[in-house]
Amino acid sequence: MRFGVVRFPGSCDEHDTARALAQFGEVRLLWHTDRNLEGLDGVVLPGGFSYGDYLRPGAIARFAPVMEAVADAANQGMPVLGICNGFQVLCEAGLLPGALLINVSRRFQCAEVELVVENRNLPFTKACRARITLAAKHQSGRYYLPPERLAELERQRRVVFRYASGEAFNGSVGGVAAVANERGNVVGMMPHPEHSLGLGGRSADGLLIFRSLVSALEGKGGNG
Amino acid sequence: MATAERQRADLAQALALGLSEEEYRRICALHGREPNLLELGVYSLLWSEHCAYKHSRRLLALLPTEGPNLVAGVGENAGVVDLGGGVFCAFKVESHNHPTAVEPFEGAATGVGGILRDIVAVGAKPIAVLDLLRFGGTDSSRTRHLLDGTVQGIAHYGNSVGVPTVGGELYFHPGYEQNCLVNVLAVGLIEERPAGTSAARGVGNYLYLLGARTGRDGIGGASILASAALGEDEESKRPSVQVSDPFEGNKLIDCLAELQSKGLLVAMQDLGAAGLSSACAEMAAKGGVGLSIELDRVPLREQLAPFEIMLSESQERFAAIVEPQNAAAVEAICSRHEVSAARLGEVIEEPFLVIRHCGEAVGELPVSALVDGAPRYRLKVTPRQVPPPEGELPSGSAERLLLQLLSWPNIASRAPVFGQYDWLVQGRTVVGPASGDAALLALPDGRGLAVTLDGPGAIAAEDPRGGALATVLEAAANLACRGARPLGLTNNLNFGDPDDPAVAWELAESVRGLAEGCRALGIPVVGGNVSLYNASPAGGIPPTPVVGMVGLAQRARPLAPGFAKEGLTVALFGPFAPTLRGSELEAVVGRRLPGRLQLPALPRAREAVEAVAQLVGEGRCLAHDISRGGLLVALALCACRGGVGATLSFDGLAELAGGLAEGEEGWWTVAFGEGPVGFVVWAQRAELEALSCFGPLWELGSTGGEALVVEGEKIPGWLRFAVSIEDLRRAYAALHSLIS
Repeated sequence: MRFGVVRFPGSCDEHDTARALAQFGEVRLLWHTDRNLEGLDGVVLPGGFSYGDYLRPGAIARFAPVMEAVADAANQGMPVLGICNGFQVLCEAGLLPGALLINVSRRFQCAEVELVVENRNLPFTKACRARITLAAKHQSGRYYLPPERLAELERQRRVVFRYASGEAFNGSVGGVAAVANERGNVVGMMPHPEHSLGLGGRSADGLLIFRSLVSALEGKGGNG
Repeated sequence: MATAERQRADLAQALALGLSEEEYRRICALHGREPNLLELGVYSLLWSEHCAYKHSRRLLALLPTEGPNLVAGVGENAGVVDLGGGVFCAFKVESHNHPTAVEPFEGAATGVGGILRDIVAVGAKPIAVLDLLRFGGTDSSRTRHLLDGTVQGIAHYGNSVGVPTVGGELYFHPGYEQNCLVNVLAVGLIEERPAGTSAARGVGNYLYLLGARTGRDGIGGASILASAALGEDEESKRPSVQVSDPFEGNKLIDCLAELQSKGLLVAMQDLGAAGLSSACAEMAAKGGVGLSIELDRVPLREQLAPFEIMLSESQERFAAIVEPQNAAAVEAICSRHEVSAARLGEVIEEPFLVIRHCGEAVGELPVSALVDGAPRYRLKVTPRQVPPPEGELPSGSAERLLLQLLSWPNIASRAPVFGQYDWLVQGRTVVGPASGDAALLALPDGRGLAVTLDGPGAIAAEDPRGGALATVLEAAANLACRGARPLGLTNNLNFGDPDDPAVAWELAESVRGLAEGCRALGIPVVGGNVSLYNASPAGGIPPTPVVGMVGLAQRARPLAPGFAKEGLTVALFGPFAPTLRGSELEAVVGRRLPGRLQLPALPRAREAVEAVAQLVGEGRCLAHDISRGGLLVALALCACRGGVGATLSFDGLAELAGGLAEGEEGWWTVAFGEGPVGFVVWAQRAELEALSCFGPLWELGSTGGEALVVEGEKIPGWLRFAVSIEDLRRAYAALHSLIS
């Protein structure tokens, strides 16, 4: 199993993501100018502040050469996960619907949050329980989509995680914490599975996300 | 070009730049002639208090600077200690008090950025930041403005640059109303690569400037802001505050890590106070060489005069020395990281900074005069009168005062502040900022690195030596609560105007206290910072020697934050001799309480701290250091954080109380007095007995239930109470109203 983790100038969580994935397979750090994803089974866009969040979070990163390759691979069905800034980049790139606005507090906030897993049939959620706990840390994580389009997303079961009651500190519409594309192979999430691996006695539920991905890929490859 | 650079500068100009007449004469003598304006500008910054330590250098010689694990110490960009196993730890604390008082967001943000670059300069990867913040009273609008801007500035830089903010201190006192403190401790790791040096070597090697373009921000920061008291015209000093760009900082850190690991740099030095002038002078002085500098090659953000280029404190810049054959490789790596690399000049044999602009010589400065020529002043010292130990005891019930203390701004939960920082990034944080005591970071081999940043309580104003010594002991006690033994100390001396003999006394006494503390623990001072002139027309700050300490634990164990299990034995441990004088209770009741700081015998203190580190490190007990608010607050915090109550009898403490003071005063002192080296410890009973060989141990009771209960036959009625965890937690959450 081979995973690519993209590194933009200003990324922060790329090494943590790579370390988490390394428990499950080989990891290749991709530079933002790389165009070659050959040999990879999945790609993760990590958290951080790509290009200093200038203009808007993710607005410049979507133009990085690597994003053309990521879009092509996503359209061909490769699993693509965007975490935090990665989610923002995927929205800016048009690979996922909606936008991530500044938190209602207008501040960066760092906390463990409880999530309701709304769709457990995706390559990133198959191993999840009905509720999981993950770390969340961001300044611009307030998911927004106009009501009629959000209703459509809900009908298509494309809301993947929802903050449990009272946990949506960012003020996301409908408590949305993660969404998927139509095909279900591209998911963006604000919480950080790579920071919920059980260190210091905190939640280890991040492993469920990566384990899901691995078993989905194994299933696809006929080894599962 | 204006002729300013060619004109001789006179005394009036020297005075306007903050130099004294004597200093101007000394410059002329060392320089060999009257300097021109550019040269005088460079002297004025390098001879500023901030850069030259004119008032503190003689005193700092008292600090022990040798230790068994020390790799690089005082004089380097940051201290480096050997952790064993091929891993080294770099750490240093630095202040950004004056810029923050003028412009809190950028002042605090560039404070974080500046100290991170010091860590990078010794070849380390920054892995953690801790901040000590001190402001005036919480009811003042100035405090709210400064606190809010400071916290957002720290969050802005630290979060964006990908270094976790794992701890620190937040403290309010009217003495900091006009002069707030922002001291930042940065910690880095050096693995699988050599430590970096800042000594320029090799005549003919190239001088490069890496990173951000140079602009007009921060010109004169070191002399205008950091070396004079703040007056009425703070607004006019705003252009002297630097502007941060954590994105540029992030790219620069990654780029330097690659250059360093590939062995492409002969030397590197961050550009901090006094910008290019200071960086070049330091590198040349350490290498015993000179540097030629072509100012027209410096990438500019706006058009600047030569002296502005030399003095600008624009952030996110590094100077580097590169061998000619490596120049192409260095430029290629910088370009890949989108970091600008400009070749400014080269290493020359004559020990001078030779500065040229548009083909003309605009300055020639002898390196030794710049770096070592500044005068070292002897301080005129007059002790402050020590007030008598008498005072009036408080009245009321312990329960009411405990709840008041828990909601007191100096004690209440810091969650609303820490919640704005990313303390998880890099995936090392085993114990984060919410648990008090020290933070604990996991090393790659499973061992733990504990880090803490502490300042003294109000007692330091009466007893600066004792206050400083107590701060060193408290830092070591905090590390012990994480199972770690201290390896070294970095200090930040924050004081008022050193020309005031009483302030000079506070400074001298504090340095003595720090030195005694270090000797008692057997650890070196690896470097630090001095911030003087923290004064305004309203007066100076209370003496504030700040201590940053790192320690090593044999395992990075997850440690329960407080009483998390029922049925464990709870005890008080250590040569604890608290006093009500200078305590938080004194601030809460608003009047002087009786007492005087008493320090434990230092060998006993060390023994107790080591015993706690040993037992916690082996997973045999848990411990919390008794700090602000005293014993009852420490017990209440253990219940709040862990979620389990305790039923405790204080009868066993009668002898301790009687030894501290007679009658009621003894009991008040036990309950609310503050002092170093007292621990609340909890474990299976048999494990705690092991501690009694290493210091006094008083068994108090056991954990369980949903309330904190204090009882006893021999104790006064006001000290008996039962209060639910829910009530304790409600009081402890008081800071939410101040911050959000």
